[in-house]
Amino acid sequence: MTAIKFDRVSKRYTGSQEALRNISLEIDSGEMLFLTGHSGAGKSTLLKLLMAMQRPSGGQLLMDGINIGKLPNSQIPYHRRRIGVVFQNHQLLFDRSVFENVALPLRIEGYEQAELARRVRASLDKVGLLGKEKLNPIELSGGEQQRVGIARAVVNKPQLILADEPTGNLDPALSAEIMHLFEDFNRLGTTVMIASHDLELIARMGHRVVTLDHGTLVGT
Amino acid sequence: MAVNKRASGGAKQSRVTVNNAWQAYLHHHKSSARDSLQRMLANPVASAMTWLVLAIALALPMTLYVAMANVKQLSQRWDQTSQISVYLHKTVSAEEAQALADKIRTWPGIKAVNYIGADTALAEFSEQTGLGDVLTRLDDNPLPSVLSVVPDLHDNSSEELAALQMRLQQETGVEQAQLDMQWVKRLYEFMSFGERLVWALALLLGLAVLLIIGNTIRLAIESRRDEIQVIKLIGGTDAFVRRPFLYTGIWFGLGGGLLAWLVLSIGLWWLAGPVERLVALYGSDFQLHTLGLGDSLLLIGDGIMLGWLGAWLAVNQHISRIEP
Repeated sequence: MTAIKFDRVSKRYTGSQEALRNISLEIDSGEMLFLTGHSGAGKSTLLKLLMAMQRPSGGQLLMDGINIGKLPNSQIPYHRRRIGVVFQNHQLLFDRSVFENVALPLRIEGYEQAELARRVRASLDKVGLLGKEKLNPIELSGGEQQRVGIARAVVNKPQLILADEPTGNLDPALSAEIMHLFEDFNRLGTTVMIASHDLELIARMGHRVVTLDHGTLVGT
Repeated sequence: MAVNKRASGGAKQSRVTVNNAWQAYLHHHKSSARDSLQRMLANPVASAMTWLVLAIALALPMTLYVAMANVKQLSQRWDQTSQISVYLHKTVSAEEAQALADKIRTWPGIKAVNYIGADTALAEFSEQTGLGDVLTRLDDNPLPSVLSVVPDLHDNSSEELAALQMRLQQETGVEQAQLDMQWVKRLYEFMSFGERLVWALALLLGLAVLLIIGNTIRLAIESRRDEIQVIKLIGGTDAFVRRPFLYTGIWFGLGGGLLAWLVLSIGLWWLAGPVERLVALYGSDFQLHTLGLGDSLLLIGDGIMLGWLGAWLAVNQHISRIEP
């Protein structure tokens, strides 16, 4: 079943070259794939279109048959709740505990406290940080912070996980560990899309790889 | 973790039931209110300064309002003493005087006409002055009969009052018509000016409260920019982002209102003593108009409303600009 469909999608930022040109791509539900390419190839733009942070300039982007590019502003928050997103700089909030960082998506969705706590602990357990829920994320190492970011991305069981250079700042061993975490979630049925330029690691993992070059799809 | 395969349909596929959603909504209100108050109290000096500025801005128009209420109360008493005394010739009999009084009562712009006969006037005079013994020794009553004419002040301009005085003067049997308390009319004019001043000041200072709160909220939004971005990225609605800031505005307004009420109450309590002694000297039953329940609620309610509105304006202007 197709989860995501790019149909001749292009994106032009005002006053610059086309960031994405005529992208056609189908991603199956439950698939795991990597998105690679040089910096500025359009990886981040592609992820931003999926997050409805940007709208396509041309073509159609469908997720579960819904046209993401035409989503009214009021519906965008609900669209984003179906996606767990992981950033290179993990975007954690340092004014609250690890627990509260992970709990944020559930607070937004309005989970009651007991269910919320149960889910947060399950999610932290999954990334191996159960004992650190009371700490401030600033006290954690880079790899641990990234895992908190992943725990937050998966805590509300999204149908799609998007990761933008999730291993960018990590050493090879930690990077592999993080990638295997994503594989675990994928095995449970979640569609996973990871933008990365760690070609060596990607090659070892044996999933589909999509390559962008100057905004054009060159290999799927 | 369960396999997560769901059918399509954006907002509808929430995993939260309606009942839970309502509870969650209330819970977020509660936690937003609590968090924003805690943030405020974590910065006691800065918050106290803001509260004080708001209190001053709220207390000023209220002070004038209370002052006006007191002047009004005083002037209402004076209103009754504002009258035209029509002194009659000694030759005018009591019946003629009553007839004249009846005639004047039919004129427009007249509130009341009281006839005070010469004998009554003498009796009142001796009672008030304690000169009864002296007066009984007089051969005849030196006092004239008087018609006390109370004009309807609210409908009459000073020119009309003067015209009325002239008209009375020209009646047969009238020796002199004397217009008292012209200045009460002037006081009324002054008070309607004062009332407008209170309104203008209230409007200006209300605007100041909006600006102060708006600016404070703007700074709060700036300092939480990262948090707002993250919340928007993981699916927080604008209402969710807005809520804590609106509560911040409400807390500022409530604090400012309460402080303004406290300052005014202390001020009035401080004034009450001297005013009471002053009033006692004049033998008046004047009561200092203090902040009643209605006034107090108005003051604090205004604070809360302005706080919320200022926050709402600031949040709407700034939050849409913070996009991930």
